[in-house]
This record gives sequence, structure tokens and C-alpha cells, in this order.
Amino acid sequence: MAADSRLRLVSIYPVLLGTYGDGGNLRVLAMRAKARGLPVEAIELDAGEPVPDGADLYVLGGGEDDAQVAAARALRADGGLGRAAAKGAVVFGVCAGYQLLGSVFPGSDGVPEPGVDLLDVTTDRLPKRAVGELLAVPSTPGLEQPLTGYENHAGATHLGPHAQPMARVEVGVGNGTGDAGGAFEGAVQEHILGTYLHGPGLARNPELADLLLSWAVGSPLLPWAQADIDALRAERLATVRGRR
Amino acid sequence: MVVACPDAFRMLVKDRRVVFVSATNGKTTTTKLLAAALRAAGPVVTNASGANMPAGLVAALARPPVGVPAGALAVLEADETYLPSLLRQTEKPLLVLGNLTRDQLDRVGEVAMVARRWRTVFAATKGLSAVANADDPHVVWAASVIPDVTWVAVGQRWTADSAVCPSCGSILRRPSAANWACTACGFGRPEVTWSVEEGELVGPGGARYPLDLQLPGAANQANAALAVVAADLLGVAPMVSLPAMRAVASVGGRYQTVSLGGRQVRLLLGKNPAGWGEMFGMLAPAPAPVVIAINARAADGKDPSWLWDVPFERLADRDVIATGDRRHDLAVRLMYADVSHTTMADPWVAGGLPFDAGLPGRPALDAVGTYTAFRELLRRGGGADDGR
Repeated sequence: MAADSRLRLVSIYPVLLGTYGDGGNLRVLAMRAKARGLPVEAIELDAGEPVPDGADLYVLGGGEDDAQVAAARALRADGGLGRAAAKGAVVFGVCAGYQLLGSVFPGSDGVPEPGVDLLDVTTDRLPKRAVGELLAVPSTPGLEQPLTGYENHAGATHLGPHAQPMARVEVGVGNGTGDAGGAFEGAVQEHILGTYLHGPGLARNPELADLLLSWAVGSPLLPWAQADIDALRAERLATVRGRR
Repeated sequence: MVVACPDAFRMLVKDRRVVFVSATNGKTTTTKLLAAALRAAGPVVTNASGANMPAGLVAALARPPVGVPAGALAVLEADETYLPSLLRQTEKPLLVLGNLTRDQLDRVGEVAMVARRWRTVFAATKGLSAVANADDPHVVWAASVIPDVTWVAVGQRWTADSAVCPSCGSILRRPSAANWACTACGFGRPEVTWSVEEGELVGPGGARYPLDLQLPGAANQANAALAVVAADLLGVAPMVSLPAMRAVASVGGRYQTVSLGGRQVRLLLGKNPAGWGEMFGMLAPAPAPVVIAINARAADGKDPSWLWDVPFERLADRDVIATGDRRHDLAVRLMYADVSHTTMADPWVAGGLPFDAGLPGRPALDAVGTYTAFRELLRRGGGADDGR
């Protein structure tokens, strides 16, 4: 982010990648930035619209299978997101938006579809759809609080050597892949981050929202505590852990 | 008590005319309006309280109200996920198909999947006929395999679930609010016989029928339009069906005013983003406060992320009370929408609410709930369910 300009946030094709309420992530980022005195310009791209490559932070949400394929094809043809990432922009993808940041994912009727290849992951099908609360303990520097959200996907996401898992699953499925120590959730590669957390994920995990913003501005953010968010997190963590 | 019998539904619908009403939103209302219209011509059996899963349908058919003969015409609301299995057991039903939008994604699944299941079973079922909404691409995709469809343009304000062509997956274009087409495969809106235009239903030959209802809002005019057309096909003309529909004031407790915590409270059902899109126009005008009760139990859908698809920013000049099991999810949504709000576990205890709306001499207070939250308010307020 240039010192004399606004923080530029771009939501990629929310009409295609907005089925699961993830449009909220853009609102959360914009308001949390403004609360810290950062001037913000937030835009939502219509389906297939060219992706400007000069923004600071891009968000992609979850969507249906055909819409995910349409989004991936439009992004591959456009190339703007790849150019932005090469310049160091932050990219945050959820569910379908996470899968399409990898090199391949199951498209319509399960036929493998190429992604935009910004994150070293591949996705194939889980034997059974993962639907329910997801709770994970982060392993990413800058994250200390448990990650809470709701997952609803059929993807098994495998991490390549360049990506690191974001967290280890405590309740739920997450990536559906892992090592002998258990399942992983999410993937991080420099400033590209993917996750299966809906809720939306940034509404339920303000620390994750602030980590993305700090990557975009290049410095840590001042604390901004909100009682409503604390109450939601306390209720979710107690409920999900309580019924394990 | 209905004895569980795997063939019960098939036996109960044998030798009678059956109409199934299905949609994401409006199926309970459309069913009630259609049943009211058809009663003008003869006895009708129906599952009026929204008990729209197979057990509810069996119960309604097995125990018709006094005076309704066995074999009476059945007007049945069907949950969109159960419609395929019901169709396999029913001979030559008439379908009334409203809209398919996101709702309870954990249970129902994605909209395209529901439409695909509908289309598969519609294609495999002989003798089907349908009244269907031409403005919803998923409904059209599913129903277009039925040889005998009467298309009705009832409008579809919520378009976020039909961004891509149901037929080929290309991005769908909307040259105008009233039209849609796929430029890649040619799939598009069918020719309509009936359409809703500015509060009137326009029929064949240009006949116009005002959709004057007691039920509020454009969504209920759309429900009524489908019911008028279905009734017309079943021999009850609009001049007869519309006055019968006008007598309907409440549907399963919706729009009913009950007493809660010493206040007069009008109950509204808001269970998904498309439904909420119609809600803002029904609420008492700002700055009237509103109570919103959010649950995420099985019948609500267990993921309330959809709250972020609702433009709650439109409540900015009101006080909002966030309640229900998932009040904290709503409170965070309202916080990010900059809406003044108070989170309360139970607003209906004495001295709970910080304003005078609903108190004696004041206008009724609006309370909007998800399905189970709404049902709980109705029960606590002693409101009338429809029964049958």
C-alpha cells in the first residue's frame, strides 16, 4: 500500500462466489481498516469484469460448482489476479474461492478443472460432504486465537511443498487431508491464504481479518476490541467444544 | 396417530386429483391461497400449517376435516427436497412452482443441485402438468422438460442464485429486470401466458385482475398470481378465486398480532436472504424498532452466514433487538452494518425492551423470526396456527 493512497480492497465476482455469505468478509475488512483510520476503497467486481491488478487485498468466497468453474475460467482468461499476486497483493479465498486458487479442483460433475495456480494446493473430492461447525488451532505466525466457522464443502485439499497449513483441526474436517497428527485446515503461501471457514470467517475471526490487513498495509494494526464479537466467539467456542 | 406405512402416501393420493406447491419461499402462502380459491368449487384437503414433509402430508390426507369426503381434491405444500419422492408416488399431479433460492444450505443443498434433481424426476414422470414462474431460471430449467406448462411471470427480485446458466454454466445475462437469457446456449425465458404488472395479474387476451390482498407485499402478489392461474386451470375463474384469496389475512401465524410481554407484537417470518429482501417493505416505517430472532436449528439451517446476504444496513435509523439462539451472530452483523442494537436473551420479560412500541396506545411492535424462532413467538403469544 502506497503511503499517499487508499487501501484498495477487491471482492472477486461475489455474484458467482457469494453463495455462503462470504460477501461479509469485504464489509468486515473495510470497516476494520476504517476503524484504524485507514482510508479504504472497496469494490465488488461483476461476473467476468476485468480484475484490476493494482489493489492491495483481494477476497474470493464460496460458490456453487458451475459458478466456481465460470469464475476460474474468467480469472484465468483475465490474468489480473495473477499479476496482482506477483506484485505482492494479499489474496484471501474461502471454500470454492480457496480451491480455485490452487492448480486443480473438481469442476461440474467432478471433472478436474484448472485453477489460477497462485497457491500450491490441489483439490479432489471428499468421500462424504463436510457440513458443520469447524474449529481449528492456528499454526500460522500472527494467529493465536482458535479459528471458528462453518464448513460446507466436498473438497479434499492437498498441500504441496510451497504451502503451509493455516491450522490444525480440533472439530470438523477442514482440508480433509493431513498427517499422522490429525487434519489440517487452510493453506498459507506468503500472502495468499485459503480456508474453508464460512461464518463469514472474518466476522468470526477478527484476528485473521487483521492479519490480512496487516499484510496489506505492511505493519501491525492497533487493537480494536468489540464486545459483540467477543460474545459471539465465546458462545461459539463453548457450544462447539461442549458438544464434542 | 398415523401408522407408518411405506405405501401410505401412494394409497392416500390414489384416485384423487393432486396439486403440489413447491418453492423456496411462498409455498405455504400459495398453498393456502389456492386451497381457499378451490374451496369455492368444492371440498379440498390440504396441509395448511407448513407441515410439508411426507409425514405431514400423510397426516393431512389421512385425517381430512369433518365434511371433506375421501377422494377430495388435495392441495399439498411440498418441501423442495421431498418433491421428487412424492412425485414418484402420485399419478398425473399438477405442479405449482414458485422460486428456488439459497436456504438451509446444510440440509437442502445448493440451488443448482435442487433444480437438477427436480428436472430429472420431472422428465421421468408421465402426465405431469405445471404452473411455473418464468422469471426464475432454475424453475424454468427444471420445468421445461414438462410438456404442459403454463408460464407465469411473477417477478424474481433476488437474482444472486442464478448468476450462471442452469443449462450450460455460462454467465447469464439480464438485459432488463424482466428478462434473462444465456448468450452461449440460447436457454432463456419462455413465452408467458400470464404476468404480474404493477399489482395486477394480466391474463390471456389482456384481461387484468387487481391483486388486492390482505397479505402485504409484492411477494404475496406473486404467490397469489400462481394460485389464480392454477385455480383457473382447475376450473375456478379469477373472478371467483380472487375474492376468496382476499379473505386470507394470515398464513400459519405470519402477519398475526399477538400479545407478548404485555405488548402487541406483529409476527413476521424471515428465514433467508430472498425472503428478507421482501421484508423491509413490510416492516412498520422507520424509526419503528424491530425485534429480530435468529435460531440455527435443523429447520432453520444450521449456518446463519446468510445474515450477511441481508442488507441490514437498511435498518440504520431504527433500534433493533437481537434475540434467539444465534443473537450474537446477528449482533456482529448489525455492528458491522452500523445499526444501533441491543442483544437480549429474552426481550419479553417485564421491563425488558427499552422503548414503548407495542405498549397500550402505541402501534404494534414488529418481530421477525427464523422458522423455529417464529414458531416459538407464535406459541408464546398464543397465536393461532392455521390448522386445516
